[in-house]
Order: sequence, then C-alpha cells, then structure tokens
Amino acid sequence: MDHSPPAALADQSWEDDGALTRLHPAYTHMLRVQAALVAIPFLIAALVAETMLREAALFPPGVMAGPVLLIALALVIRVPARRYNARGYQISGDRLRVVRGLLWHSDTVVPFGRVQHIDVNQGPLERFFGLATLTLHTAGNHNASVSLPGLGAELARDMREDIRAHIRRETV
Amino acid sequence: MNPAPPDSARRTAPLTIAVGALEAIQNAIIPALAIAFSGIGGSGRFLIAIAAGLAVIVIGTGMSYIGWRRLTYTVGEADIRVESGVLSRAARSVPYERIQDVSIEAKLLPRLLGLVAVKFETGAGGGEDIALKYLASTEGERLRQLVRARREEDHAAATDMVAAPMRDEAVEGEALFRMGPRRLLTFGLFEFSLAVFAVLAGVLQYVDTVSSIDVWNVDLWRGWLEEQGTTIARLGPYAQAAGAMAGLIGLVMIGMVTGIARIFAREWGFVLTRSARGFRRMRGLFTRTDVVMPAHRVQALVIATGLIRYRFGWHGLSFVSLAQDAESASHVVAPFAKLEEIAPIVSAAGFRLPDENTHWHRASRQHRTDTAILGTLPFLLAAIPVAILAPPGVVFIPLGLAVLAVGANLYAWEFRRHAIDAAQIFSTRGLLSPTSQIATRLKLHSVEVAQGPIARLRGYATVQLGLAGGAFAIEGVPLAEARALRAKVLETIAATDFSQLDAGRDQALSDSHAGFSANLAAT
Repeated sequence: MDHSPPAALADQSWEDDGALTRLHPAYTHMLRVQAALVAIPFLIAALVAETMLREAALFPPGVMAGPVLLIALALVIRVPARRYNARGYQISGDRLRVVRGLLWHSDTVVPFGRVQHIDVNQGPLERFFGLATLTLHTAGNHNASVSLPGLGAELARDMREDIRAHIRRETV
Repeated sequence: MNPAPPDSARRTAPLTIAVGALEAIQNAIIPALAIAFSGIGGSGRFLIAIAAGLAVIVIGTGMSYIGWRRLTYTVGEADIRVESGVLSRAARSVPYERIQDVSIEAKLLPRLLGLVAVKFETGAGGGEDIALKYLASTEGERLRQLVRARREEDHAAATDMVAAPMRDEAVEGEALFRMGPRRLLTFGLFEFSLAVFAVLAGVLQYVDTVSSIDVWNVDLWRGWLEEQGTTIARLGPYAQAAGAMAGLIGLVMIGMVTGIARIFAREWGFVLTRSARGFRRMRGLFTRTDVVMPAHRVQALVIATGLIRYRFGWHGLSFVSLAQDAESASHVVAPFAKLEEIAPIVSAAGFRLPDENTHWHRASRQHRTDTAILGTLPFLLAAIPVAILAPPGVVFIPLGLAVLAVGANLYAWEFRRHAIDAAQIFSTRGLLSPTSQIATRLKLHSVEVAQGPIARLRGYATVQLGLAGGAFAIEGVPLAEARALRAKVLETIAATDFSQLDAGRDQALSDSHAGFSANLAAT
C-alpha cells in the first residue's frame, strides 16, 4: 500500500458519492426495532386516551389513535429505509469518511493521523443483530467523537485494527 | 507481579470486588439508618432496615463481581485495550502514541487494600479517558513505566507536553508586546462601562436593608428632586439645558472612569514575552498573574475588535489553545493593539496574517438571500399582532426594523469571507466589528461538511473544522467549494500524524529561538 498522502488523494475521487460503502443490511431492521420501541408507548397512550374519551363521544372513533398509528407506521417502515440509504462510509489508507442525516446532512472526514482512540460498542439491540458501532475520538472540540453505527461486528473490529495499525505505522 | 506475555487479556485485581463490597456497605448504612429511625413499618422496622441494608450490600457486591468478571484489559504491542460491559459490550483501544500521561490515583478505601486506579490520559476532546479500577499498586506502576518506555522509544520530543512550571523561568525572553499607562488610558476610554451604577444600586439596596432610610421611597426622592427642580426651574431654559448636558457629561465621565479603573486593575504592567518555553504573559495591579503558554499548544488565533475601537484601528489578539488549566480556552495576548503591533506576535506564534496575495472567497449568494429572509422573519411575524392590536402607525416600527434587518444582512455578506493558503485557513465575519480567525491546516482534527434542509435545497454548506480548544466554522460556502476546501485541508492533515505535531512546532520554535540568540549576540 502506498502511504504518501498526496498520491492516495490523487488516485481516489473523494467527491464521488457512489463510492460510499453501505452499512450492514441488518442495520435497517435494527432501526425499525428502535423506532418501534419508541412508538409503542405513544400508541398505548393514544389507545388509552381513545378508550377513556369513548364515553364522552366527543370525536368519531379513531381520531386520536389513527394518526398516531399512521405516524408510527411511517417511522417504523418508511423512515428506517431512508435513513439507511442516507448513511454510508468510505475508508481509505489514511482516512474515514462518515456520511449521515436525512434532513440535517453531514459528511465528516477524520484522518487516521488525528485519531486519539477508538471504541467499538455494542448495545443490546446491536448484539442481537450482530452489529457494532465504531467510534473515533479526536482532540477537536467539534466532532470530538465521530461514530459510525451499523457495521457488522466482525468488520468493526477489523476496521479498528486497520486504523490502529495505521496510527502505529505513521508514528514509527 | 511478573510481566505477563503481551496480548493476553487480564482482569483487574480480584480485591476490586472487596472494594465494591465495602462501598456497598457504605451505601447501605444510610438507607438502613433512615428506615430504622423513620418509623416506616412500625415495630418491624429494624428487621426491614437490616433486610434493606443487606439487599443493598448483596446487590452492590454482586454488581461489582459481575463488573469485575466482565472487564478485561490487554497490554498489547501497540495499544492498551479494555473490554467491559455486562449487557452491552464496549471495547476501547488506546494506542501508546496517544497516551499523554498515566495517572495513578489512590483513594482511601482502595489504598487500604493496596489498590490504585490507573488512568490513561489521552487529551481526547470529549474528555473520555480510559481508566482501570483497580489494580495492585505494583501493577499500576508497571503499566506507567511500560507506557512511558513505549512512548520514549517512539519519540523523545513529546515530553514538554507536561504543563510548564512557572518559576524556574530564569531566562527572560524578548518582550513582544507591552502596554504602558498611556495605552491603558486609551484602552480604558473604549471600555466605557456603566457597571458602577449596578454596584451603586446594590449598595443602595444594602443601605436600604441596614438603615431606616427608605431609598426606594418615591416620595422622598420626588421631594428632593422638586426642591432641586424648583431651583433649576428658576434659572430658565438655557440653564436647564446646560444642567441636562452637565448631567450627561457627568454620566459619560463616570462610565469612562469606571472603564479606566477596571482596565488599570486588570492590565497594569502588561508584558508579553517570547522565551524558549513559549509565550509568557504577566499582568494585573492587585492580583498579578503570570501565564506561560507553550508555543506548540497554540491552535489558532482570533483577532477581534469593537464597534468604536475598530474605527480607530484598535484590535485584540487571543490564542486558542488546549489549555485545560485556565478558566477560558483562549488566552488574550494583546488586548488592545494596532495591527502592526499584532503582526510580530502572530509571526512569533508561527502564523501569518492574510495579505494582498490572499485569495478571498465569499459566502454563496443563496446564503445571503436566506440569511436576509430568516433575519427579517421575526420582525415580520411581530408586525402581524402589532398591526391588529396596536394603534395605526405603530406597525411601521417592526416593518422598519425588518427593512433594516434585510439591509444589515445583505451588507454583512460583504464581510463574510474565507481564504485558504498553503498552511493556514482564514475566516472573517462581522459587519461593524469584524472578527478574524486564523488556524493552521495542520492542527485541525477533522473536517465536516454539514447541511440543514434549507442549505441542501439551496446548495450551500457549513464547513465545520475540528479545532482543539475552540470552534471554527465557515458558513454558507457553496457545496462544491466546501468539498474542495475539505480536500485541501485533509491533504495537509493526513500528511502528518498527531504525535508529530509538537515535534514539528518544536523545530520551528528552536529555529526562531536561534534567530533570537543571534540577535542577543549582536547586542
């Protein structure tokens, strides 16, 4: 591998969005489960409110629970897929690029030469789906930690090894 | 403890569980006592108290045991790894190159058991460090030696990251900037302040509470004013105007004197020197402060000014640094100076001011339009209820303000610009009192191109630069340009590793220092 950065820059088109690597497909499912977990309490609350107001007969049935159900379905079915599509990463010899955000889009590049330390985290849901989150910590105030969720657990560990190896090589 | 072969996961000292258990007992005492003496549960409350205490102890000990079982650390060839977590697993890897220092802390309880907490300080932005609780003190010491040895064999240059002690600075460097009483007087005039009235109000309040004079009694004041007023009224309109003028002048005088007094107290004997260690600033009349800033710690510069002082060509310079010991992240190194006085300080810090060759870029025109519209919106919204409720004509006040806001935002666009050169990145903003920021491309840590919904629609972005100790964002950059900017900055960053940053600056420092000693030899 060639490690002189200008060369690495020249042979890679950084602005090409097509070059983004997609996250693990299971990440969509995990986002769905997360959305469902958030939505369920609201649905229950809406149903409770609905049954309590039924006696009063102020509204036709379904006025409260209906919209909540629609929003919940959108959040569980539609939004995770779009969020998944909006995300991606790109890793090269000396930097990691993380792209995320549907409405508030952000496109961050962290050079390995500025990584302070590296985390691989697995929450309970992530463990169930075999996923992991890779977090790079930098010394900058903005983007003090850049996290890349939705990687396969194995891949996240491999990426950590790669980045760590790079830090070592640069310094020696 | 024998040095184990590298790359084998180890647990922390088993006695950690004992510390956990002792802490659990500590935690159990207060709720148990509370239950025992609160009267909950009548006669059986002592049993309840004992049961609750036991439960807390058992749970605490159990948690500490599970935590101990699930936490392993590995002293590897290149890094230290800690894996932990009961339900969710976290694995953290800290390369030796990134460890600034290893601190060993022994609190009372662990100390009695011969245990220490070992903390690896990395200086990460989020303040997240890796800590091992608890290790045998010999193991802690071994880890510290190991990390130091690894670091020293890598490069010996980074030892000066340790905060420079202030006293053994026998060698006086050249004075870069000093402020005499005359300068302080001018500075004080611009620091016009009516804070004294707040203090007076406070004093009056105090007088009010300790004496019988009711200072907030309107009648008392009115009587006094009328008494004075009738004397004034007898003098005729010219004298009245003169009196009002005298009052205003008095107010201005008080404001100026306050400003001057504050500046004299804070900045008296201001001297900024450049020595081998870095920059050293001494100032203060009553409390004299002496701050040393290692030159390699300077991350960026900020040149700011004020509304009126800008018209007279006065600016202030401060350093953005990683200094975590100071109350604010940036150090003022020249609070009140002409640009030609600032220039040598800037070059001594290894920075360069923008000149006529600097190629400035402006924010996108879409961004100008959008900020103008968004800036006007509050006034327009305020105009609606005013139009409905207030008497006719009043509505022109918010409308006029809206027009002003449009004008100001459009005009401010002229002053929002950025530039990039071989080593630095500049950004200037501000309509009436421009603020400039200069950062070294090399010392940035990440680059982000961020877009909100409007920005995406209109094709511009905010470039967020990861600066240690401060924020550096350039707003309203056209998307293509933002990406080009990022590519250029990254090119510089990726070429040098973080651990080489200080080494590079030390080189520059010793160069400039060589020049300084040459000067000294000449004199």
